[in-house]
This record gives sequence, C-alpha cells and structure tokens, in this order.
Amino acid sequence: MKLSNRTKVVEQGEMTLAERMYLPAIVGGMATTLKHFFSKPVTIRYPEQTRYLGPIYRGQHILKKDEQGAERCTACGLCAVACPAEAISMVAEERKKGEEKLYREEKYAKVYEINMLRCIFCGLCEEACPKEAIFLRHDQMVPVFSSRDEVIYGKDKLVEKMDQRYLREGWK
Amino acid sequence: MDLFNSVFIAKASFIGVIFLITLGVAAYSTYFERKIAAFMQDRIGPDRAGPFGILQPLADAVKMFMKEDFIPANSNKWLFIMGPCLSMLTALMTSAVVPFGDTITMGDVTFDLQGIDVNIGILWVFGIVSLGVYGILIGGWASNNKYSLLGAIRAASQNISYELAMGLSIIAILMMTGSLSTKAIVEAQQNGHWNILYQPMGFIIFLICAFAECNRTPFDLPECETELIGGYHTEYSSMKLGFYLFAEYINMFISGAVMATLYFGGYDYPGIGFVTEQLGATAATLIGAGALIGKALAFVFIFMWVRWTLPRFRYDQLMGLGWSGLIPLAMFNILVTGLGVLLDQQILIGIGGVVVFIAGIVVYDQLFVKKKLA
Repeated sequence: MKLSNRTKVVEQGEMTLAERMYLPAIVGGMATTLKHFFSKPVTIRYPEQTRYLGPIYRGQHILKKDEQGAERCTACGLCAVACPAEAISMVAEERKKGEEKLYREEKYAKVYEINMLRCIFCGLCEEACPKEAIFLRHDQMVPVFSSRDEVIYGKDKLVEKMDQRYLREGWK
Repeated sequence: MDLFNSVFIAKASFIGVIFLITLGVAAYSTYFERKIAAFMQDRIGPDRAGPFGILQPLADAVKMFMKEDFIPANSNKWLFIMGPCLSMLTALMTSAVVPFGDTITMGDVTFDLQGIDVNIGILWVFGIVSLGVYGILIGGWASNNKYSLLGAIRAASQNISYELAMGLSIIAILMMTGSLSTKAIVEAQQNGHWNILYQPMGFIIFLICAFAECNRTPFDLPECETELIGGYHTEYSSMKLGFYLFAEYINMFISGAVMATLYFGGYDYPGIGFVTEQLGATAATLIGAGALIGKALAFVFIFMWVRWTLPRFRYDQLMGLGWSGLIPLAMFNILVTGLGVLLDQQILIGIGGVVVFIAGIVVYDQLFVKKKLA
C-alpha cells in the first residue's frame, strides 16, 4: 500500500564516466567546502554572547509584586499541587495589621521555596496561579550551581525587586 | 683542517633554523587544522587560549606532557618506545635535501641554503619516507593489540603500493632534468619554467600519492577511527602519541616542500631578477626561501582542505586506485614525457598526453562500458 504519492523509484545503474573518474565530484566538493570556509560562522560564544530565546521562554521563576510593591502570592498552594516534579513548597501566614503595603491578600507565603534540581521548567505553576504571582521569566536562566546549598531558591532569590521589574511582551 | 670553521657553523645554524621552522610549522599546523576544519563547518574553532586561540599548540603540548605515559603490560617495551621515535626521526630527516634557496654570502662565507646537496637527492627522500613506515609498523606491532596491528599492516601495504606510483611519476621529471639532485631539478625550473607546466599529469599522480604517503584523508586507513579505534596509535598516550601526530604534520609540511621543489620551481618566484637588482642577492635568496615555505604551506592548506571535504576510501578502493589506476597512468606519463623529450616539444606533448588520455577513456567508455538504463 502506498502511504503517499511522493514515492520515487530510484534507478541505480552503472556509474557514468564522470562519476567513475571521481575528480569532477572531488572538485565540486572542494568548491563547497571553500564556500563555507569564507562564509560567516553560526557559533554563539554562549556565556559571553546570548541570543533572544523568544517571549515565552521558560527560564528562572519570579514572584511578581503589584504596582504598589505588594506581593501578589496568597499561598494558596495551587502551584505546588500543579507541579509535576514536586519542587515547590511553602508555609502560609496571616497578614498582620500594618502589612497591607507588603502583601496584597490577607494571607501570604512566609516561606516559598523552589528546588531547582527538581524543577523541570514546565511552566505549570505559572498556569495554575490564580493571582498571577509566579512566572517563569523569558530573559534569565537559573545560573549554574556548584553546591547543593545553592539549589533551593527561597523568597530572597525569587521575589521581584521593585527597581528591576520583570516585564513581558504585551504587558503594560 | 679546522672542522669548526665558519662554513660549518653557518651550515649548522642553517640546519637549526630549518629544524625550528619545521617544528614550529608542525605545531601550528595542529592549530590551523582545527581552525580550517571549523571554518569549513561554519564554526569558529579554538579561541580560548590567547587571542584567536593562538596559544592552543602550547596548551596542547603541556597537556601531552602532563598526561600519564602508559605502556601496556603485554607490549614489547623497547619497540613500543622506538615506534614514535623512529616516526619523528624519519620525518625530520627528509628536509635535509630540500633546497630552501640559492647560495647566500655572509661576510667571507658562501653556502647553499640546503642541508646536504647529495647527487641522489630525491632518492634520499624516497628512502627516508619508506623508512618512515617502520615507525608506524613497529609501534603498531609492539602494542600487542589487534587494532594497532591492523592499522600498522594497512600503513605498510598502503605506503608500499603508493610509493611505486610516486616513484614512476618522478621518473618523468628525472628524464627531463637528467639529475637526481634536488638542487639541479630546481635550477632547471628557474625563470618560470616550472615542472607543473610540463608535467600536469605527473603532478596529479604525485599529489595523490603524497596524500597516501602522509596517511591523510582520504587515505587515512592506518588510523581509521571508525574501524580501528585509533589504528596504529590506539595504545599510545602522552607525548608518544604526540610524536606520532607531530610526525604526521611534519611529513605534510615536508611533502609540501618536496612538491614545491619538484613541480613548482622550488625557491623560484616571479620577479626574482628585479629583486636581485634592487635589494641584492642575499635578500633575493631569502625571499626565495620564504617563497618555498609559502608554497609548502599552501600545500599544507590543500591537505587540510581535502581532509575536511572527502570521506575515507574503502580499503579495496584504495588498493584499486593505487595499483590499477595510478601505476598505469604513471607509466603512460613516462611514455608521453619520453616522446616530448625526443621531439623537444615538452609542453605541447605534455598537454597532448592529457588530451589523448581523456579521449582514450571516453572512447573506451563509449565502446565497452554498459550504460545506465534510460
């Protein structure tokens, strides 16, 4: 049975004289390599040079704050439930009086930790979040780590800094 | 007679310079091999050690020396050490007869820019090159490893096969020059009468054989990574491996120099008379030596260019090409050259020979070879 009509029967007979002499093919091949010799290399020297990976690349996690600088996360735990690698853990805490500037909702995450060795960067936490608090940023990757102490990222590394806010294409 | 007279010292320092140039070129060939490979594959190549990676050979040398120098338990220890030494020795000996320039005068001393001008010059090259196989053969055998042995056997049979065609292609040049001395061969080519014009077919044969003799792709079956792991140097490590690889690059440079000597006028270059008039004979000679080295380097580039273009031959194809392709072709070339010498029309007959050869092949093809269907 034919799967498609694109099958082509190739007839392989004796080689022609030019083919048996090798030399024309060798000259052609050498012309090809010489052309590439003078063409521009495609290499990107990675740590020094980076390239744009697209607006939805899933890099390092960030816990967003709102315009007033209050944390959006309400420690509902949906991200931890959604996480297939079970990389996220958190401890919830009730917001005290006077902390309205710090936390947007009445409950917040006292501890929020992501184990970067477990994380598979699938982005399901971002999908699950009802408060638009966690995102995987497209412009920054999790840096290389050399010891296990550096692997678990707490709020100190995850929460957005107000002086360098994370913006994605299409956001205000 | 004072043995350590000034000619002796001048000659010794010249040989030292040639030694250093050869070793330097071989070291940097490794770097340029990687660079050229990278450029031909649209990459950048080594660029970490120093600006543009030019310190890479140094780093490689340090690496080679620091690695463990391992000798397999069941190997023949002395022969195992002798293999790379022999390879290196024979590779360095060949350059002795290559004339790097005309005579040079320093103070009251006049000497040739050539190690030794023996009257069997080109035979010396052939003798040393055939000895070079021993380095590979002994190393491969002493390793007590079947892959090494297979590589060594391949190297031996390949070099013997291609030496025949190489020698036959040289005979045509000897017929024209009437001398085995490399100096005489170069002097016969001065003022633009390069042998490549008289011997296009001979040059092609010699070039192909040179590839085979240097064990370079497409004829690198002795070390054939895909079939034999590393071929004859499978068991080698550290600087002993380094010597094998180094010897290969030296061989490339020297065979480039020999090809330039035999076919491209040696130290001859356009405008040599003008330079002699303007700057004096010494400068003209030195530029000539530079020209020869430049030609040799151009050949080294061609060696690398071919390596990154062509895949490896199959072993029977290799033998077929050598015995039933190149040897008859070289014999035909000798006949054509003989006719040219006899009628004193060498360029005409040389080109005519190529035309007759191609015409003959086409006619044979038309008459006797089965055609493709449709």
